[in-house]
Amino acid sequence: MDAIPYTVEERPDTGLNNVKIGIWLFLASEVMLFGALFASYILLRVGAPPGTWPVHGHEYLDVPLATLNTAFLITSSVTMVMAWAALMRQRQAGTSDLRKYRIYMALTVALGFGFLIIKYFEYSAKFHHHWYPSTNNFLAIYFVLTGLHGLHVIGGMAVNGYLLVNTKMWKTAPQQFANRVETAGLFWHFVDLVWIFLFPILYLL
Amino acid sequence: MSGEHMDIDKHVRTYVLVFAGLMVLTLVTVAISYLELPLGPAVALALFVAIVKGSLVACFFMHLIDERKLVYWVLGFTVFFFFCCLLGPWLSEINEIGPDLLN
Repeated sequence: MDAIPYTVEERPDTGLNNVKIGIWLFLASEVMLFGALFASYILLRVGAPPGTWPVHGHEYLDVPLATLNTAFLITSSVTMVMAWAALMRQRQAGTSDLRKYRIYMALTVALGFGFLIIKYFEYSAKFHHHWYPSTNNFLAIYFVLTGLHGLHVIGGMAVNGYLLVNTKMWKTAPQQFANRVETAGLFWHFVDLVWIFLFPILYLL
Repeated sequence: MSGEHMDIDKHVRTYVLVFAGLMVLTLVTVAISYLELPLGPAVALALFVAIVKGSLVACFFMHLIDERKLVYWVLGFTVFFFFCCLLGPWLSEINEIGPDLLN
């Protein structure tokens, strides 16, 4: 059976390989998923009767913890792209030392884990105060948006963790492996991008 | 971006600069929230900073600044439908105030 074409080489008509166009189409669908929830947030906020929506998100939420989480995700985005750059440097030099790649990728996974731990403490504090999604519309949309985002963090960490541990392909098909890391990176940066918008609308406004 | 012939050192320098910029802008976002601005300007400023941060991530970490035309087309359609999605709340508001406008 023939291998699937254009997994590594670029198609002559689009200039993209299948993996690249696939991840961008997937991210487009993700934009619509979060877009619908952002629209729901605006609808709930604009339609809230006076006095039923918190004046600031920090009446319920912890801004310093969320700021720390923002720093974690931004740092993990830069370590992710550095992991890919480390691979490309090896490709250009014609060597196969994965040490730097592993360090950066491990940092990326660790920072994602740190983000989830802080989220756990944030959720625990809400439940301790008996603040649940059913308490009011603000908390409902807060839990839906951050919960869905948290699931994306877990998904990204699973893929990044796999690429950290399973590097066999680097020996047999290095460019394909580098493309996989780049694709996982695109998803991870998207997760960071979503948080960049969630942080001000939920915590600060 | 295939990365076969690119200058990696130049890219790494850019990543570090963008990282520093994102951290500074995060602090700016938090500082703005403590200014106690009225809701309209607060939303406009916070979204402006978030859009700048998002653009930095998309352009440099996701390499959109140097991508193929087809990706721009896909994203162009996505942005169009995303704004259509955000029109929902606005149309709902028009629906609410419409009868008042007629009277």
